[in-house]
Amino acid sequence: MATLAEVKAAIEQALPGSEVTVTDLTGGGDHLAVVVAAPQFAGKGLLDQHRMIHAALKDKMAPASNEIHALQIKTSVRGS
Amino acid sequence: MLLTEEQMLDTIKDVIAKNHIAVFMKGTPAQPKCGFSAAVVEILNTMNVPYVGIDAIADPRFRHVLSAHTNWPTLPQVFVGGKLVGGCDIVREMKASGELEKVVAEAFK
Repeated sequence: MATLAEVKAAIEQALPGSEVTVTDLTGGGDHLAVVVAAPQFAGKGLLDQHRMIHAALKDKMAPASNEIHALQIKTSVRGS
Repeated sequence: MLLTEEQMLDTIKDVIAKNHIAVFMKGTPAQPKCGFSAAVVEILNTMNVPYVGIDAIADPRFRHVLSAHTNWPTLPQVFVGGKLVGGCDIVREMKASGELEKVVAEAFK
């Protein structure tokens, strides 16, 4: 099971300078919501922004793992 | 008869290419098996546009073939005009901003 702190750290490491909030939607630890404001999102579409978060959590998500069963993502550009 | 993974990939490519809007989801539009899939179906239904919904979890291999092809790990996956638009969050966001209507209108031109 990925802890919320692990998820936050993994995103912050992949996107330095980002501001990350992780919420457990159900209390089960596998339905998470992340709100990420990152400077790296500038000039990128939503699809690419979400893919950057998927990449950061690759080893915690399907198909590699089922630690995170559902992930709600809200992105914004930090510094804009 | 069970499809091979190659046949699944052909099916996936075919569905994406031949439909203006295609949704790979958990369950079917009439019976979604997940809240995120249900939310996407609801948005498309309110837009009153034709789309096809494909159950990506009927065979457990299918979603792996799909995700490997699309480079997108989760379901649902919404394709408009042959291009991946995103999952539930992106579709919701684009609906709210009016962007979804634009890409849909473009696909049906």
